[in-house]
Amino acid sequence: MAKESSLKNMLVTLSVVTLVASSLLGVVYSLTKGPIDEAMTAKTNNAIASVAPAFDNDPSAEQFMVELSGKAYRVYPAKMGSDVSGYAVETYSSGFGGRMSLMVGFNADGTINGTAVLSHAETPGLGDKIDASKSDFSVQFKGKNPEDFQLLVKKDGGDVDAITASTITSRAFCEAVVAAWEVFKKCDSENNKMEVSNE
Amino acid sequence: MSKLSLVTKGIIKENPIFVLLLGMCPTLGTTTSAINGLGMGLATTFVLIMSNVAISSISSLIPNKVRIPSYIVVIAAFVTVLQLLMQAYTPGLYETLGLFIPLIVVNCIVLGRAEAFASKNSVADSALDGIGIGIGFTLGLTILGAVREILGSASIFGIKLIDGDGMLVFVLAPGAFLALGYLLVLFNKFKTRIS
Repeated sequence: MAKESSLKNMLVTLSVVTLVASSLLGVVYSLTKGPIDEAMTAKTNNAIASVAPAFDNDPSAEQFMVELSGKAYRVYPAKMGSDVSGYAVETYSSGFGGRMSLMVGFNADGTINGTAVLSHAETPGLGDKIDASKSDFSVQFKGKNPEDFQLLVKKDGGDVDAITASTITSRAFCEAVVAAWEVFKKCDSENNKMEVSNE
Repeated sequence: MSKLSLVTKGIIKENPIFVLLLGMCPTLGTTTSAINGLGMGLATTFVLIMSNVAISSISSLIPNKVRIPSYIVVIAAFVTVLQLLMQAYTPGLYETLGLFIPLIVVNCIVLGRAEAFASKNSVADSALDGIGIGIGFTLGLTILGAVREILGSASIFGIKLIDGDGMLVFVLAPGAFLALGYLLVLFNKFKTRIS
């Protein structure tokens, strides 16, 4: 039966158990590292493809960071040839259940081409309707220009139809889109400065 | 005890959810839909079988006073393995269950079976016990998830039954307790009738 609980026995047992467990984890980690990275990249690329206007470059290879009021946002430029056809902006805000992360695509003229939810922790059945597969909430942003489309829920005097019983979630969604819009404006003006000679 | 009854006792007589009432945190937390319940149940079954087998094969080498820490390390290792595998090969499911996967470590069911069964029985019997308890847990979670999904979202396994939203309370935390309570009543009635 069980070994005697002497100090030596206990030390040896625990050391061996933890050593074996950690080497097992090391092996599995190195085996799964590749597929995990691939899955993450595939997810980002899918989101970019679904929100950005048509492009023939590799947006994730040309990604850059934009700083805005202390937060950093990842921007993926969509290009046709050498012209920028739009941007996909990875943006985030605090929802009802925690961090909500979105991908928002803009056309070159500033209209929203599409939105996609990357991750969220909203209540199932209520706040998770931000997902395009669950309700049409996110569709209303498509084709709108935040210049003349007030990105606030109607309750707060804006133009956005909130999800019933999920005002906090809807507000967070708008907040994230607004942040993306600010980032877009920043990229757009910098891009115009660089290409002013072309026009 | 026959080999078959080792498996079947986990499903009805010692059902982890409806009889032992163990592992309530993932039970109530993940069962917002039938598919989530099924996924969580299968994940826990994997950990149960692996840890039961590992622990029953090393239990004679472990001094009594450090057996719990050793068991926890073994269980935690398998849970992390599972987490990495899910992240790599089933990213969709990992996203919905992600938060609850690490919590399998502290699921009383896993440590409970390790301590109460695997440490005292043969490797083969422990594997069967893991399978039985795992099936019972998966069944319980799937039933609870299905009931909550039907009542709360008017759908089953993601397929809409009727147009409309259902009673939202069943998707939220209070609905988990309500649904579990009524299922316990039904299960006990069913259990007394067959025995």
